[in-house]
Amino acid sequence: MPAAAAASGFEPPTIQDFFPAAVLFQGTPFALNRIMLIRLLVVALLVLWLWLGTRRMQLVPGRGQVITEFLLGFVRNNIAIETLGEQDGRRFMPVIMTMFFLTFGMNITGAIPGLQIAGSAVIGLPLVLAIIAWALFIYAGFKKLGWTYLKNALFLPGVPWPLYFLLTPLEILSTFIVRPITLTMRLLMNMVSGHLLLALVYAASSFFLFTLLPSGNLFGLIGVGTVAFGVLYLGFEIFVAALQAYVFAFLTAIYIQLAVAEEH
Amino acid sequence: MHTHIVAAAEQGNLLIPSVPDLVWGTFAFVVILVLFIWKVLPRLNQLLDDRSKAIEGRIDEAKHAREEAERVLKQYQEQLAEARTEAGRIRDQAREDGKRIIAELREQAQTEADRVTAQARAQIEAERASAVQSLRAEVGSLAIDLASGVIGEHLADDKNATALVDRFLAELDLDQAPGATSPGASR
Repeated sequence: MPAAAAASGFEPPTIQDFFPAAVLFQGTPFALNRIMLIRLLVVALLVLWLWLGTRRMQLVPGRGQVITEFLLGFVRNNIAIETLGEQDGRRFMPVIMTMFFLTFGMNITGAIPGLQIAGSAVIGLPLVLAIIAWALFIYAGFKKLGWTYLKNALFLPGVPWPLYFLLTPLEILSTFIVRPITLTMRLLMNMVSGHLLLALVYAASSFFLFTLLPSGNLFGLIGVGTVAFGVLYLGFEIFVAALQAYVFAFLTAIYIQLAVAEEH
Repeated sequence: MHTHIVAAAEQGNLLIPSVPDLVWGTFAFVVILVLFIWKVLPRLNQLLDDRSKAIEGRIDEAKHAREEAERVLKQYQEQLAEARTEAGRIRDQAREDGKRIIAELREQAQTEADRVTAQARAQIEAERASAVQSLRAEVGSLAIDLASGVIGEHLADDKNATALVDRFLAELDLDQAPGATSPGASR
């Protein structure tokens, strides 16, 4: 850390937050830094919840089962089956379920004190999920329609053929290139900006309340405002964590639905 | 600050994934996916199937119960209607029987009354006849007595008359002795 920053008492978050030093297996493909450890923690908690929550499910549910069933049922009915229909919904349900709960679990750690950074705030996880979604909708399209899928996707019906010279490259771009990129970037940047803003607010609050105020500077009282804003923004981050998980799973389902649709 | 950013730029780029980042990201996805395929979704589907089966079962049960209730109700209604018909039949029968019994009794009573009346009338007639007869006899003899009495004084010295009176008296005595039957015989 530069000495100047420490002296001023104000340490703004830096991009370095997303690249902490490895603590285990340094230099190997399995290097674990703080964020990777958070991911493992999230995976462990998800496994624990999903295992215990669905272990002895009763026809007449208890309190815990109601919550578990509500969450699973929400993704099952409102995302998978509502978008893809009963049959395809069931087929692609495992991936869509995983997308939602993994993304949500990884996102929410950004708002949890002590963890303070989303597991999805580095590009690896969003990219992996986006590539899976991308591969899945292409697979679904080919499986259902064969080469007709490419024809459907790239040559819009009812368009004079010379326009295909213009439209087909655009379709290639929007369907097969832009989609995975937007999936990745939407999630990644939401989490990155969320972390930067929260960390900035915390750093500013700390600076105002514990550096300026003790030295008699009344500007330190601004810290009260930044703390209030931080609390509000924390709530917003929790909302964003859920929203982005929903968007990711929902878009995956939509892309599959568009691919298996008979008509474009 | 400047050196700081440079250092960061050297160490990591937000848009370029490191190998461990991809490895652990994939690992996380695979673990959760496998769990969903292997356990969570089968359990959830099992539960939902069981629940819909249970609900169907309960609906069937309710349907059976309703059908049974309807059947029993219909049966009761039939029995009730039958009982009503039976009661009506019995009532009609009773009314008829009553009428018949009353008519019979009335007829019987009428016959009895007629019989009694006829008997009484016959008796009265007989008594009247007998009274008339006895009166007639009595009056006859009294008339003769009276006539004899009236003319007896003129005939007192007549031996025939005396004999007649004597005989009459003797007859009278005789008449008194055997009762009321002799005047009939003397006519």
